[in-house]
Amino acid sequence: MIPELGHFALILSLPVAALVGVLALLGAHRNRAPWIALAKPGAQALALLVTVAYLCLTQAFIANDFSVIYVAQHSNSLLPLQYRIAGVWGGHEGSLLLWMLMLSWWALLVTWFSRNLPAPMLARVLGTLCLVAFGFLLFILLTSNPFERILPGVAEGKDLNPLLQDPGLIIHPPLLYMGYVGFSVAYAFAVAALLSGQLDAAWARWSRPWTVVAWIFLTLGIAMGSWWAYYELGWGGWWFWDPVENASFMPWLIGTALLHSLAVTEKRGSFKNWTVLLAISAFSLSLLGTFLVRSGVLTSVHAFATDPTRGVFILAFLVTVIGASLALFVWRAPSVGLGGRFGLFSRESLLLTNNVLLAVATGTVLLGTLYPLLVDALALGKISVGPPYFNAVFAPIMAPLLFLMGVGPFARWKHASIAEIARLLKWALAVAGVVAVTLPFLYGSWTPLVGLGLLLATWITLTAVLHFVQRVQATRGDAGFLAAALRQPRHFWGMHLAHLGVAVFVVGVTMVGGYEEEKDVKMGPGDTVTVSGYSFRFLGVQRVEGPNYVAMRGEVELLKNGKVDRLLHPEKRNYHSSMMPMTEAAIDAGLLRDVYVSLGEPIDRDQPEGEWAVRVYYKPFVDWIWGGCVLMSLGGLIAILDRRYRNVGRRGTATPAQEAAA
Amino acid sequence: MKALSCTRLLAALVLALACQLGLAEEARPLADDPVAEKRLQAISAELRCLVCQNETIAGSNADLAKDLRREIRGMIQAGQSDQQIIDFMVTRYGDFVLYRPPFKSVTLLLWVGPLLFLVVGIAALQLYMRRRARLLQDSRPLSEAEARQAEALLAEGSNDTQGKGTAP
Repeated sequence: MIPELGHFALILSLPVAALVGVLALLGAHRNRAPWIALAKPGAQALALLVTVAYLCLTQAFIANDFSVIYVAQHSNSLLPLQYRIAGVWGGHEGSLLLWMLMLSWWALLVTWFSRNLPAPMLARVLGTLCLVAFGFLLFILLTSNPFERILPGVAEGKDLNPLLQDPGLIIHPPLLYMGYVGFSVAYAFAVAALLSGQLDAAWARWSRPWTVVAWIFLTLGIAMGSWWAYYELGWGGWWFWDPVENASFMPWLIGTALLHSLAVTEKRGSFKNWTVLLAISAFSLSLLGTFLVRSGVLTSVHAFATDPTRGVFILAFLVTVIGASLALFVWRAPSVGLGGRFGLFSRESLLLTNNVLLAVATGTVLLGTLYPLLVDALALGKISVGPPYFNAVFAPIMAPLLFLMGVGPFARWKHASIAEIARLLKWALAVAGVVAVTLPFLYGSWTPLVGLGLLLATWITLTAVLHFVQRVQATRGDAGFLAAALRQPRHFWGMHLAHLGVAVFVVGVTMVGGYEEEKDVKMGPGDTVTVSGYSFRFLGVQRVEGPNYVAMRGEVELLKNGKVDRLLHPEKRNYHSSMMPMTEAAIDAGLLRDVYVSLGEPIDRDQPEGEWAVRVYYKPFVDWIWGGCVLMSLGGLIAILDRRYRNVGRRGTATPAQEAAA
Repeated sequence: MKALSCTRLLAALVLALACQLGLAEEARPLADDPVAEKRLQAISAELRCLVCQNETIAGSNADLAKDLRREIRGMIQAGQSDQQIIDFMVTRYGDFVLYRPPFKSVTLLLWVGPLLFLVVGIAALQLYMRRRARLLQDSRPLSEAEARQAEALLAEGSNDTQGKGTAP
């Protein structure tokens, strides 16, 4: 009964989305107040219906209702409760429903937090969101219905993919989807602005906090996924440039460009067309990511060709969204003015360069991700494009970007002086150079890549600190330094914190890339292996029963300077429902390094108490990678708490230009 | 082409099975020679494990990956160069095994693309800035007061959509 209720709510949400979408947009166009007034309650009703549908599916998981095909395929009565709840997004249909849930909630949030938005603008934003929702609902109902029944139901479910039975799964997809789908709001604002012709600083100010929030979620979601892969997959890596990873990284890159471009549009009225284009691209790339991950095209181009229903639908949806937005853009863009004047070297031109580099980086990831698919589809053979390729082409694009990151904040709007900035920053560059040349020798050898990484990280840190101190000194008057620092606007704090996050991230990537060590050894009870001064003594393996798996649990002593520091427990799990053994690495995490042990296989399968293949890793600074991402997100969060967003759009409060003039 | 890659895959599977039988006699500490071990890691991080979803031979726990690691170790001990080992893998499994695609006509765009994007991006940036400067030059520069007024208009937002963007 409950699944039918959910199905019904989902079916009902389809006409609601269509009706609200069309009426709100038409109403705003023809200035019909009652139609415009419909947008808000309409979007709220949509959110309610989708939430009901989602909760019904969750209930079917909790109640182990194996007559629902989707539940039978992705759950099991032995599955712990938290994984049954998270299992809702453990497969195709459910993740789409989660996508849809997030979309409807974003629209709901827009209805709550845009009280000061002019009604026609709000109607256009919500209308656009509802039309996107309509497309997705149609997709779910036609090709991927999670409520489909099998009667009579099966006695037992197949279980959730063991890889996904991990706390990481509970958090990673919702974060990622909040980010993905969040760009739909930036997109809706851009479409609304194009439709109304009101592409102005006010529009940029309205959409900026939404974009930042989506970006924060995406940053955390990607970082979470990377961390999960690190501790769950047992190969010790944190990023593989897998197409699924790239699918989330591309919207992040463009989203980052969008954040910076919105800053210019808000403050200076420039780059409006470009900002709109970025907003459209960020959401289009989110859709493309969904297409890549959900159509099955990645597993095999040929499998996609034999059952193309889903893929073709998303592709058509993608083409419609991109095509319609671009058509709208081409129609409206020429009437948009240029905005304020700026020199060839200025804050504006540097931010534009940032945007170009980020767009080039996105294009590169897109090329590398789609290229093997294209080559295969054109029957030109099979090639693999992996980490060696991406690392080789990505670093040269990122290095100038990171360098300019240090310069940007010092450049004035409109016109900046290269000589003045060079005079200010030459010491920072010199110190960064010295660090880059000397520090690596503390860790052993010097390589160009490590040198470059440390140069950039030190450079970003020094310039950020310098800029911060300079600004505080300039505005402190008689106040103490700390008091004056705390008085700085939050967006200023946020920017520097996020930039420091990038520096921290770069340190992590550089150090782990340059100095990680691994050993792949065969160990029997009592054997010891040493990496970078850490010894591991293998004590043996025990059989341990989990709720729905049996694990072989290794006991490994970690020794520092010959003394036992702690006991590590890497596991090899066999889930009852799956043939595939799972690796659970044991990690001793630390500020300056992780040491990491993972169990391979017993050397002789009949003698698990004997020797095992074991991998041990020493990973210097690896946690800085995720720490940097957390700092970036924190920076974003602080930035949107800035006072000026609290009165978003309210008449009579300070406009950006007045603030800039003040 | 397709048939060929299928045979290759089959060969790999047969090989994987065959090698597994010999597994128990492997030399004990796999890391006797740190230099060879480093080379092994570097080479195997460039190669795809063909029976896995998307994993390198270095990262995978699959039997095929283990066997290939052992085979590479043997080739290193036999004094072969990194390039020789990689060439051998390509003759056996095709380009698909390489995570760093070889530079040839099929992959030309792949390798040139990023550079092309960069050049086009920077050229477009330059052109845009020049054109923009020229367009703005055509009108006389604003006085301080006019500029402020224009910006206030620009920022104000909603009522008049006409021409406020082009104010300067």
